[in-house]
Amino acid sequence: MKPFAYHQPNQIPDAARLLTSIEDSKLVAGGMTLIPTLKQRLANPPALIDLSKLGNLKGITDDGATITIGAMTPHAVVAASKLVQTKLPGLAALASMIGDPAVRSRGTIGGSVANNDPAADYPAGVLGLGATIVTSTREIAADKFFLGLFETALEPGEIIAAMRFPVPLKAGYAKFKAPASRYALVGVFVAKFADGVRVAVTGAGPGVFRVPPMEAALSENFDPSAVAAIKIDNDGLTSDIHAEADYRAHLVTVMAKRAVDAALS
Amino acid sequence: MQISFTLNGRPTTVEVEPATLVAELLREQLNLTGTHIGCDTSQCGACVVHLNGLPVKSCTLLAPALDGATLLTIEGLQGAPGSNQMHPMQEAFREHHGLQCGFCTPGMLMTAIALAAEKPDLTEADVRHGLEGNICRCTGYQNIVVSVMAGAAAMTAAKGE
Repeated sequence: MKPFAYHQPNQIPDAARLLTSIEDSKLVAGGMTLIPTLKQRLANPPALIDLSKLGNLKGITDDGATITIGAMTPHAVVAASKLVQTKLPGLAALASMIGDPAVRSRGTIGGSVANNDPAADYPAGVLGLGATIVTSTREIAADKFFLGLFETALEPGEIIAAMRFPVPLKAGYAKFKAPASRYALVGVFVAKFADGVRVAVTGAGPGVFRVPPMEAALSENFDPSAVAAIKIDNDGLTSDIHAEADYRAHLVTVMAKRAVDAALS
Repeated sequence: MQISFTLNGRPTTVEVEPATLVAELLREQLNLTGTHIGCDTSQCGACVVHLNGLPVKSCTLLAPALDGATLLTIEGLQGAPGSNQMHPMQEAFREHHGLQCGFCTPGMLMTAIALAAEKPDLTEADVRHGLEGNICRCTGYQNIVVSVMAGAAAMTAAKGE
């Protein structure tokens, strides 16, 4: 690693000010993506701004119709939370499948969502549940947040403070893991609300996306059989050493069925 | 920068560059070489230590994160205090041949102990899921899983005494 300056601000506005005033500086939350990137010298920021000393960014609160999860809440805490297990069981299950125990000790929901890795799990949960991303300056709907490969609607200097999830009637997540990395080769999150169903897919393409035909079919009949015959188009899906696009398209259907199954169990 | 933390029960203060990994700090500055660096790419888990009781990969942790924290490394494991015994999980690895070359063992032990502490009634599936971030290149997983199950049972029994 190249040397860098290290800042540990106590307030979000201070962190935002540092981020905008030091060119090429980077925020670090759990560091599960950033630290390996620095070690490989794929990034050489002059300064890191550590978010761990900011107040109020950790923890989970029950607001009745919604659950709010602080951006610095680690995956292990979300997975083990009785509140999340009860109200958002699909999200607790998703968190328990990320990486390995050491990654879940350090990695945070805010870091994962801000990074928007095309094979990360959380973007599927956030988009599938139609969450709201609360930042240092505004609130952004999940549908407007994820803009493709590692790209989000965050402006320079904008910092995620929390994620607000509406409580669904039912929700479930299923993923086909890449065996070595445990990233999603394909992961599908389904959530049933009073006014319809949302289906979000991660891993299959350059960014997380919804599947309207599956949403329509599941809104009619929330059962795995409703999506069994729906195959998404290969076009635009990822082909790499792990899987070809047509295999990923096939897995979207299989994982969607399993996610509905998980939501019903 | 100066950081202060509790290392295996002892208050410790060191001067570090921010771009220092905890695995490097332990091995090169504090001479605690029980924490191994296998892959240095966050894959293998030989470098797992406990930060505030939770398992973390010390090759993917910056030293400033230690400030004010409690760190436990393989050197800090022990059986009953003052007894000069091994930790029950170490005993179980010896008893059940849970190691061959031993390189991955420090990380396996630290991960296993955190796993058993979190859930006292571990199933084999829990153990295999819990060890996903620890790689053994002697491919001795069968006996590692047996050892972790036995060590977890011994930890639970010791707690009940």
